[in-house]
Amino acid sequence: MSTLVVAPTRVDRALFVAGAWLLALVWILPLIYAIWTAIHPSAYETRFVLLAPLTLDNFVRAWNAAPFARYFLNTILLVTMVLGAQLLLCIHAAFAFARLEFPGKNILFALVLVQLMVMPDILLVRNYATMAQLGLVDTILAIGLPYFASGFAIFLLRQTFKTIPKELDEAACVEGCSVLGLIWRVYVPLARPTILAFALVSVSHHWNNFIWPLIITSSVETRPLTVGLAIFSTTDSGIEWSIITAATLITSGPLLIAFLLFQRQFVQSFMRAGIK
Amino acid sequence: MRREWIHAGLLLAPALVLLFAFTHLPAIQTVIDSFWSTPRGRRPSAFVGLANYERLLADPIFIRAMINNAIYAAITIPVSIALALAMALFVQRRIAGRGFLRMAYFTPTVLPLIAVANIWLFFFLPGFGLLEQLRGFLGLSPRNWIGTPDTALYAIMTVTIWNQAGFFMIFYLAALQTIPESLREAAAIEGTPRWVFFRRVLWPLLMPTTLFLSVNATINAFRMVDHVFVMTQGGPNNASMLLLYYIYEQGFRYWDTAYAATLTVVMVALLALIGIGQFFLMDRRVHYK
Repeated sequence: MSTLVVAPTRVDRALFVAGAWLLALVWILPLIYAIWTAIHPSAYETRFVLLAPLTLDNFVRAWNAAPFARYFLNTILLVTMVLGAQLLLCIHAAFAFARLEFPGKNILFALVLVQLMVMPDILLVRNYATMAQLGLVDTILAIGLPYFASGFAIFLLRQTFKTIPKELDEAACVEGCSVLGLIWRVYVPLARPTILAFALVSVSHHWNNFIWPLIITSSVETRPLTVGLAIFSTTDSGIEWSIITAATLITSGPLLIAFLLFQRQFVQSFMRAGIK
Repeated sequence: MRREWIHAGLLLAPALVLLFAFTHLPAIQTVIDSFWSTPRGRRPSAFVGLANYERLLADPIFIRAMINNAIYAAITIPVSIALALAMALFVQRRIAGRGFLRMAYFTPTVLPLIAVANIWLFFFLPGFGLLEQLRGFLGLSPRNWIGTPDTALYAIMTVTIWNQAGFFMIFYLAALQTIPESLREAAAIEGTPRWVFFRRVLWPLLMPTTLFLSVNATINAFRMVDHVFVMTQGGPNNASMLLLYYIYEQGFRYWDTAYAATLTVVMVALLALIGIGQFFLMDRRVHYK
């Protein structure tokens, strides 16, 4: 670094670091506060005593106050089903768009891209009517079905498949192999980073999704965590805040822990999914 | 060639059928529904022409929702993007506690918006939440942030910004990685002040990312209303009513499906407009790759 400008850069640098830390502390404060209320007896909700007694009681009481175990199961079933269906449908569609020639290809692809703007999220009223006609209202399948064919996944995978050299097709198929064999033995393994990136984005999106599940579900057996949490915390039964906060942390816990453990992969996946 | 067409058809059919069934057809059907009345009891749906649209234009709650959405977009988009850029610049290079800083910025993004709303609800709680404790400490009178028409929408916006800025930071980080280190070194040798370097070099180079994020943030401004359900339910007195929440209220609380369809048409039109705008904006303003 240049020695001529040492003095101003040092002050500059100090301000820069201070700004970074100030923003980070402000940013993490609501979460720290939530954790504080959740792990202390309710008497300490707004009294910040360093040696306040710690307790897991709030978590236990929250867990017992609502069928969170069932909600967890529902959410896990939901995200697994959605991701599996998305990969199955979109890998095949993406391959067709990336490698095959057929009439109407560009128009069909443009129609796929329309979904990036007009998502099923906003077509609630009509999709509810469709589900009613199919007799699927209040099923986990209905929560996931509108998202199975993901325009985003098709787009992302097509871009990745296009970067795979065509010579590999021929090399892999010297002994003759089917289109499906080609997709699953050559293209899918090579696109693994993209698939992983999409999987993380999809799981976190559907774990957190709220409005559509709220509308389409009406029983404990189908409700995902987000809806269960919203119902739990808006019932005016005078539940203590520390318990609601504990429930909030329970529902976000798995994603939060997964994120803290695999921070780097998460960030890289989101980057990959967004940029390409 | 024929064989290839059949393969393509078989590979595409399942995905396209579902895509059309839950995106394109409902979008078209929604437009049709908006010209019909809601069936009530024994009275079937009837063609009403533009009656739903006339009602829309005369509906003060709809107009309130549109104005709110405009304010919401006008504030959350630039603030989220500016904060995201600051965060990315803070952590892109060596800095004390980089790992912690990055985690602090990004963590809110991982949480469900519903959970985020719960956390902030407690923060804003009148006479009780942390914000109130701070005000009490400073000798200010207690204030009901989410129960007052003047502040409810801003409380909602704070939560949105908290939830999305860290996510946007990721995209700036990715973009910053592609900017060659030699530019920075050259600037350092020239003794270029940091902000000049930012304004003349980084900002123009980051333009494509900024545009991409602007479009994303605009879509989010219309689509992300989960926290409204927990925090204000559009109130008080529609002060925090947003378009998608109003669609939900009309469609699933009052079961006025025809009017909800009409509102959805407005939403789809807005999003289509953003899409078209993005297409032209990206083409004109982004001339390097």
